[in-house]
Amino acid sequence: MDAEAIVKELRGTYGTGKTKSYEWRVSQLKALLKIGENHEKEITGALYSDLSKPELEAFIHEISMMKTACKLALKELKRWMKPEKVKTSLTSFPSSAEIVPEPLGVVLVISAWNYPFLLSLDPVIGAIAAGNAVVLKPSEIAPATSSVLAKLLGQYMDVSAIRVVEGAVPETTALLEQKWDKIFYTGNGKVGRIVLAAAAKHLTPVVLELGGKSPVVVDSNIDYKIAVRRIIAGKWGCNNGQACISPDYIITTKENVPKLLDAMKQELEKFYGKDPLKSGDLSRIVNANHFQRLSKLLDDNKVVDKVVHGGQRDENNLKISPTILLDVPEDSLIMKEEIFGPLLPIITVNNVEDSIQFINAREKPLAAYLFTSNKKLEEEFVMNISAGGLLINDTTLQVALSTLPFGGVGESGMGSCHGKFSFDSFSHKKAVLRRSFAGDVPARYPPYTTGKARFLKALLNGDIIGLIRALIGW
Amino acid sequence: MNGVEEDVLGELTTTFRSGRTRSVAWRKAQLQAILKLLDENEEEIFEALKQDLGKHPVESYRDEVGVVRKSATNALRCVEKWMAPQKAPIPLVLFPARGAVVSEPLGVVLIFVSWNFPISLTLDPAIGAISAGNTIVLKPSELAPKCSSVLANTIPRYLDPEAIKVVEGGQDVSEQLLQLKWDKIFFTGSPRVGRLIMSAAAKHLTPVTLELGGKCPTILDTLSSSYDLQVAVKRIAGGKWGPCNGQACIGIDYVLVETQFAPVLIELLEKIIKSFYGENLKTLGNLARIVNKHHFDRVHNLLKDPKVAASVVYGGSVDEENMVIEPTILLNPPLDADIMAEEIFGPLLPIITLNNIEESIQFINSRPKPLAIYAFTKNDSLKEKILQETSSGSLTFNDAMIQFICDTLPFGGVGQSGYGRYHGKFSFDTFSHEKAVLHRSLLIELESRYPPWNNFKMEFVRLAYDYDYLGLILLLLGLRGIFRTNRRQ
Repeated sequence: MDAEAIVKELRGTYGTGKTKSYEWRVSQLKALLKIGENHEKEITGALYSDLSKPELEAFIHEISMMKTACKLALKELKRWMKPEKVKTSLTSFPSSAEIVPEPLGVVLVISAWNYPFLLSLDPVIGAIAAGNAVVLKPSEIAPATSSVLAKLLGQYMDVSAIRVVEGAVPETTALLEQKWDKIFYTGNGKVGRIVLAAAAKHLTPVVLELGGKSPVVVDSNIDYKIAVRRIIAGKWGCNNGQACISPDYIITTKENVPKLLDAMKQELEKFYGKDPLKSGDLSRIVNANHFQRLSKLLDDNKVVDKVVHGGQRDENNLKISPTILLDVPEDSLIMKEEIFGPLLPIITVNNVEDSIQFINAREKPLAAYLFTSNKKLEEEFVMNISAGGLLINDTTLQVALSTLPFGGVGESGMGSCHGKFSFDSFSHKKAVLRRSFAGDVPARYPPYTTGKARFLKALLNGDIIGLIRALIGW
Repeated sequence: MNGVEEDVLGELTTTFRSGRTRSVAWRKAQLQAILKLLDENEEEIFEALKQDLGKHPVESYRDEVGVVRKSATNALRCVEKWMAPQKAPIPLVLFPARGAVVSEPLGVVLIFVSWNFPISLTLDPAIGAISAGNTIVLKPSELAPKCSSVLANTIPRYLDPEAIKVVEGGQDVSEQLLQLKWDKIFFTGSPRVGRLIMSAAAKHLTPVTLELGGKCPTILDTLSSSYDLQVAVKRIAGGKWGPCNGQACIGIDYVLVETQFAPVLIELLEKIIKSFYGENLKTLGNLARIVNKHHFDRVHNLLKDPKVAASVVYGGSVDEENMVIEPTILLNPPLDADIMAEEIFGPLLPIITLNNIEESIQFINSRPKPLAIYAFTKNDSLKEKILQETSSGSLTFNDAMIQFICDTLPFGGVGQSGYGRYHGKFSFDTFSHEKAVLHRSLLIELESRYPPWNNFKMEFVRLAYDYDYLGLILLLLGLRGIFRTNRRQ
């Protein structure tokens, strides 16, 4: 791969203005939609090969979400592209002003292995909708999906403007040396820092979609069964915990623990059977590295005696069963890094309100969840917890709403995507002010006098009376 | 590390955690305090600006005090509206639920200020940071020392000193500050320092707004009406020498004009320069000086290139002692000379001639994206072409500089001229995190969300994603197979 040559070629295409037209954007979005429609089996097959991702999960979380995003962009594109008229003030009268979205140029999307199809194409949809040329670098850790993406995009898309570059660290490094007009990275904070530092050389703006330890606070006086099912769906039902918005740990009160645990065990068995290692409805751990990493978290001396459910491992098939740990110490490995796997620690506090303090003492997560029927606690949670997104009485669903911005804050990232937010992320909002030659104000120009000073004061303050007084020399 | 900066960060973090900067009352009180500070210290501010940059009080009011007053007043009027959560529509499938985007402060933010508008470029972003409920460190430029000291003396007296701090100093202090972890860095200055800021911020994943500059071109179409021409040239002169004598990020850098029109432009510019500023270098009034020796030499050196010197058609004299450079017009200096390769940031105005004014688009596009483009024309198709085919932070037709004071327009660059934006609500947004909040109830439960997976659930989810509510109902009633439409087959 010659990164420089690819960027040069895409810049050439961008320079012709082709990608800016509404028609081009629509044709490319339609082509993406076709990929989703015509190649469902191939894509779910690749996802199975990379992650043993259950077919339905692959369909719901990856293909459907991608198609929904495409359809939304196709439906809304004209409206998104339309310049926004804004009011002008007395100061610049007579004038008219508008904010015109324009593409940034040639952009780079670096995606992740856990939702390798969706997290590759979702940003690409935004980039295309906004009229950019795009290079997509899928994750080498999900090689089957990476190669399906390379093949299908090569087949369906305008390759003079949209490219897939496959590869690992050397390829990514070569790409990062180029000058991009935007970089959209999904992954972890360590690589996020490398991406930012590389972008700094070229003053390239960056969107970082990272993760973090997303907490779930469980209050009493709720329907445990529903709460637990929703937690399970968000934890193990999302790629077996390998999702950036998956619940990382639960905070609840000591009294709640028995009921919560009972419900958890019961529902887990209903979902995944008595031997979850054999369940076809759970993804596997992506590779041996990550299997080792998770094993290390479990084998940490501080937590070995804390496992209250699960804990089975099958190294050959890279499977770990849904595992719950109770009262792990705060300084254990499992509480220090993002788990990103099927382990779920439960932390107990005396009062459920203490959970706010617990969460705020840590880095800002991508998501924070609360199950409660207490409106006051809900309000307090919303006002005091800083996270990319908050969801009350459910988990992970915020990701499915195109009307909500999806993105982190602090350690969980910067910038946002989904729906119009994706379009905006890949657009520059150009301020356009139109003036006529009439209405020239001499006070703007030297030589400066006291009269001019008074006039300007009135003008900048939008003070009409003052203006008139200054004009007639009072 | 001497620790002073760390102590400042520690104190501001404590204040932020106390939650008091989040209240509307606190935000409004600080905005009021800024207005009061300006009212009660106007003369002192004018004096400082005069000493640092030789700005005339009218210019100081127009570009500094007045701008900040306008922003603060606007923020006071709008802050509650800005803070209100925005409702987000929710698809029926998720019923019952409600969604909102809640703007929350980022935390402790750092604002680096440049020397050319030392008051407004400090307080204008601060207004955004305050409106959004952050605690703030302001680092004024050491190159405008009087203004820096006025700010350091007045701000703690008027604003909440536990939440808003001024840290004075030079490069060493900036470097110390950059070692620390901030929740946002807002920087106004050059691309070179912008890169340093961004690299430092990368270590802490700190989001950055970079307000840089660039060579802002002005396209002057051949205007037939002498009134229009008069107005256009006045506005060009105002946009070049008016703001801090060309030392402004959105100041006009050069003018593009058709060859036969250049003599008319030069003649008119000369007249206007004389009427605005006078002719004698020693008695030039109403004109800011060059900020310091370093910049004086830099601008002077641009002129010293023999080929550039030969292109001077007006002005060109300098007064080294008082650091004054005369408004200077150059006709077609070589395009590979420094004056056309770097941002001028001073009172030199190159005029570049083209055979056809439409070539200006190509000329601009072959250079880095500027912070502003100005175009004087009555030709609507040319306007449209410029709008569609060039890229810049802002585009203003038939005027210069004035986009800066429109609170409804985002102010910020693209590409080499920076990223992120501010002014009005955009300032508030720049210092806020837009938190997605979704409230669900525990009442209604869709079983199809959960494993074990089967074909029914697959069908259900397909329909749910298509928001095909009729299909969903049929499926739930077990009638879907009978009424299945062809659409899915």
